[in-house]
Amino acid sequence: MGTSVYVAHVGIISPIGNNLAENLQAFEEHRSGVDRAQFLKTRHDAEFPLAEVKFTNEELANKYDLDIGLSRTILLSYAAAAEALAPFDRKQINEFRTGFISASTVGGMDKTESFFEEYINDSQSGDLKLVMHHDCGKPTDYVCNKLGLKGFVTTISTACSSSANAIMLGARMIKSGQLDIVVAGGVDALTRFTLNGFNTLMIVDREQSRPLDQTRVGLNLGEGAAYVVLMSEHAAKVFAPNILCKISGYCNTNDSFHQTALSDDGKGPFLAMQGALQMSGLLPSDISYINMHGTGTQNNDQAEGKAVEKIFHPNYPKLSSTKSFTGHTLGASGAIEAVFSSMAINKGLIFPNFTFNQPIDGLHIKPETTFQKNVSVNHVLSNSFGFGGNCTSLIFSKI
Amino acid sequence: MTKPEFTVTQYCRIRENTISKNGNALFNNPNEPFSRFADNAYRFLNMAYPKFHKMDNLSKLGLLASDIMLNNNNLWNKYTPFEVGVVLSNQNSSLDTDIKYYEQVKKGVASPAIFVYSLPNIVIGEICIRNGIKGENSFFISDHFNASQQVQYVNNLLKSNVVKACICGWVELMGNTYYAFLYLVEKSGDTKGSPFNIQTIEDLFNNKIE
Amino acid sequence: MTELKENLKKQIVEQLNLKDLNPADIGDDMPLFVEGLGLDSIDALELIVLLQQHYGIKLAKAEDGPIVFKSVNTMAEYIMANKK
Repeated sequence: MGTSVYVAHVGIISPIGNNLAENLQAFEEHRSGVDRAQFLKTRHDAEFPLAEVKFTNEELANKYDLDIGLSRTILLSYAAAAEALAPFDRKQINEFRTGFISASTVGGMDKTESFFEEYINDSQSGDLKLVMHHDCGKPTDYVCNKLGLKGFVTTISTACSSSANAIMLGARMIKSGQLDIVVAGGVDALTRFTLNGFNTLMIVDREQSRPLDQTRVGLNLGEGAAYVVLMSEHAAKVFAPNILCKISGYCNTNDSFHQTALSDDGKGPFLAMQGALQMSGLLPSDISYINMHGTGTQNNDQAEGKAVEKIFHPNYPKLSSTKSFTGHTLGASGAIEAVFSSMAINKGLIFPNFTFNQPIDGLHIKPETTFQKNVSVNHVLSNSFGFGGNCTSLIFSKI
Repeated sequence: MTKPEFTVTQYCRIRENTISKNGNALFNNPNEPFSRFADNAYRFLNMAYPKFHKMDNLSKLGLLASDIMLNNNNLWNKYTPFEVGVVLSNQNSSLDTDIKYYEQVKKGVASPAIFVYSLPNIVIGEICIRNGIKGENSFFISDHFNASQQVQYVNNLLKSNVVKACICGWVELMGNTYYAFLYLVEKSGDTKGSPFNIQTIEDLFNNKIE
Repeated sequence: MTELKENLKKQIVEQLNLKDLNPADIGDDMPLFVEGLGLDSIDALELIVLLQQHYGIKLAKAEDGPIVFKSVNTMAEYIMANKK
């Protein structure tokens, strides 16, 4: 049935930490990354808290020796991917069939909206260099080159499930024998475009969000990047004696109900979770922890909650939404949560909600409220559901 | 000659205000901007689907192409909703709509109905909603249509039985410059068509409309 | 009030891209959501934009939507009560 797919290493930069150690420390200290906007200049900054990576573009560029004029998307992507690949000799890696699969929803939008401000007032003005990296594909190509990877490269853009789908594709290409090593994940940077847009959908919380809680009113927008280094059995033997975990199941479906809302009974999420379980050969009772998509919107948490109940009731595994700490990092969220899921397995961790008071009416789901260590975590289910009905579930397992 | 494993059973091309199905010209509406061409095509096809008018141009383009391609195909006689997937790609993502949204914002009006379409995979969502498709779906961004990547990916899905049929192709639109090339791949049974391989897809993508 | 309702119907058709629909076909009391016109959650948000753009009224809570936007009648009543 093909080789196993291992997670050899990870990299992450998020609103709660600029590398893996800092992210885990934030959970230890129960510190959320949601705060008043400090870095993104927007007329909404008094209205909505944001979950920002705590670096200016200049600081990122200096730290990673990159051009200060680059899109924040590229800076964040490189920061995370570089951490993921840090232990591995690039020349040795390139002797294998490699892949770089990245995902983003905004691409270089942060630069484009600066260009557009001037352009719309005067079509002769505006620096066209700013829009060079607008396409979602350009940050991928740039970062891939900078990392020195010379193999397969592609970009996925499927809203909030984008980077989960990137990881799924990477796993698939290894399992089918097409590639040996894949760096897969995604990135999104906060932009005024995103903030304005989500505001018109009226699904943003003016306070710290409360995923999976009856009193929730919406999400907090976030930004960040994360990548996992996936390896075939053969490559893992060569490179990585300290493998973190393996990917044992994945599934993607379309909810086919509405452009931005999930069906009431969460059919798409249900099929995605069920499909991932079927592929992994696991029973619901084998799952130790679910990292919920849990955005904090009325619709998602209700639909996802219903789907989880349908599969797991009455024996629920521990579960939580880490978006209560990181905000909803959109295209990066699948990969950020894949990193947390991998560490849950590797270090025996259970991540909590930042807050939780009241279960959703009609549902029995109660997220964890404390960070737990030294727990036996054998299998983790991670959900990512995007606009356009795109639903993905990944399962990470102990080796 | 061995029977091909998978078959391209239908395809549709829409460009330069001309629609063709399986190489046969169906509809032509020259000298109109895309939005008027799309409305005229909608009426010509008797689509009777009011949600069409709310969509952005990229989704209209994708939905027209998929409707034409799937017409009379009896997908649900052969497959369950979970067995049909959608894999699309383009160069400019949803940039055409992103710009329209931004122009509205600058005028002081932020339209949620436009913002909803500021993601390229919403066109997949619309195709799935219209047809009740629930299988694996993904959207790729690349400078040019990459037949090799798409064929390998979809081949893998079909071989592993993740899906048994897949709507694939390229749906690209910026202003009034656009090209939709959609094709349906099925696990061969008694289906007529072309063998599903990189050469077939490249040839179909590159042919000029008759 | 009649003129307001006639204008509202035209604005609804335009704002929501209901191209196949004649404004005169929208009954004053016709349910706008679920049945009747069959509008959805995004349409509801567009109606909030419509209220703001054409009547200067800001609907602060999305939850009030189902009551205010039940029909052209309820919308007109709300506008008369809140218009600045």
